[in-house]
Amino acid sequence: MLDKNGIARRIAKEIRDGYYVNLGIGIPTLVANYIPEGMNIVLQSENGLLGMGPFPYEGEEDPDLINAGKQTITTLPGSSIFDSAMSFGMIRSQKIDLTILGAMEVSEQGDIANWKIPGKMVKGMGGAMDLVASAKNIIVAMQHINKAGESKLLPKCTLPLTGVKCIRKIVTELAVLDVLDGGGFRLIERAPGVSVDFIKQSTSGKLFAEADVKEMDLN
Amino acid sequence: MINKQVSDADEAIRDIKDGNTLMLGGFGLCGIPENCIAALVRKGTSQLTCISNNAGVDDFGIGLLLKSRQVKKMISSYVGENAEFERQLLSGELEVELIPQGTLATRCMAAGYGMPAIYTPAGVGTEVAEGKETRNFNGKDYLMEYAFEADFALVKAWKGDTAGNLIFRSTSRNFNPVMAMAGKITIAEVEELVQPGELDPDHIHTPGVYVHRIFQGKEYEKRIEQRTVRSKSETNYVG
Repeated sequence: MLDKNGIARRIAKEIRDGYYVNLGIGIPTLVANYIPEGMNIVLQSENGLLGMGPFPYEGEEDPDLINAGKQTITTLPGSSIFDSAMSFGMIRSQKIDLTILGAMEVSEQGDIANWKIPGKMVKGMGGAMDLVASAKNIIVAMQHINKAGESKLLPKCTLPLTGVKCIRKIVTELAVLDVLDGGGFRLIERAPGVSVDFIKQSTSGKLFAEADVKEMDLN
Repeated sequence: MINKQVSDADEAIRDIKDGNTLMLGGFGLCGIPENCIAALVRKGTSQLTCISNNAGVDDFGIGLLLKSRQVKKMISSYVGENAEFERQLLSGELEVELIPQGTLATRCMAAGYGMPAIYTPAGVGTEVAEGKETRNFNGKDYLMEYAFEADFALVKAWKGDTAGNLIFRSTSRNFNPVMAMAGKITIAEVEELVQPGELDPDHIHTPGVYVHRIFQGKEYEKRIEQRTVRSKSETNYVG
């Protein structure tokens, strides 16, 4: 079973040289730590920056330079700054190659719910609905099962939706899965030490799994 | 050149009335019109509808207007951690309309470009789509979203000249340029106000035609919401 850094490490392996990538808040942010050295990618922050650099050294924080999580960051040689309309313009027109975001639930149709829990204070969807509706390549980083052991990969989402039929790939603490065009999850890889049976048990949506599924290579 | 300069924030916002709709630039606390917000608190204008990506924090930004019960309705994409906001929302004192961030930005942009509406896929199939016209282009569904109408836009720029031309700095640009274009009356506060001719025309982000009043702001606090740093020995990109 993977911890959140393990999930981030596995997702990083999906990134290719030359990609423009938008990382969501939480586990997706950690993916930046595992991008292979020598690979040239550009991180987009939807508040208006391409070429997001690492956190600043202490004392070098700039209140005018933050990411979409409102954290102080830096720019890099080649960075560019733009307004919010252009930022979502490049998202909508699919200039961003890969979007990595978190989810509370994903359905076997590729629907995603990640912004609202009825009865709890709603904070808002931020840019999530724009991203999932437009991005051509989305990877979801999420927990496969909740603390009660219940699956979050479902036949149908129970929470209010963020987007419909938009998710193609999911990385959880247990597995890497694809969402099939006709519906259903397909097990691609299992996390180290996790059995196919356990993944079957932990997935309430339709799951297609071969008896022999390879273990993730995290290196 | 037409001179748009006013003396200070109080003069700039003098005719904002109870019940007006305002746009306020900024992302989190980054690039917010601090001086105008403080002047609105002093003036006590109430029943405001505020279009802003966020709602500030308890004791800063739009949070100050919420604390003094001046806001009737917030139109935002993310309202974050704000205890007073939550209290007013749950007690029914405050109305909130949550809309996708890109939709928010583009509805401002549409107003500034003179377009009555836009089509966006954001929110199709979700509760955001309820009651909205949907149209299919090339096999994909889009929602029609109207351009915003705002009585005033309050924006913060880095530099500006008395002709109203604006230059923004770093990610404090965010919603400011699109909101500057969208207000019936746009008020810009700047860290450095200069004379026409001192800014390179090629470097202007917002042309002065969109700006009705401009003033030299003062005592910027520029509060940081999430101070994240790394030590010199750290190899990690993020915390």
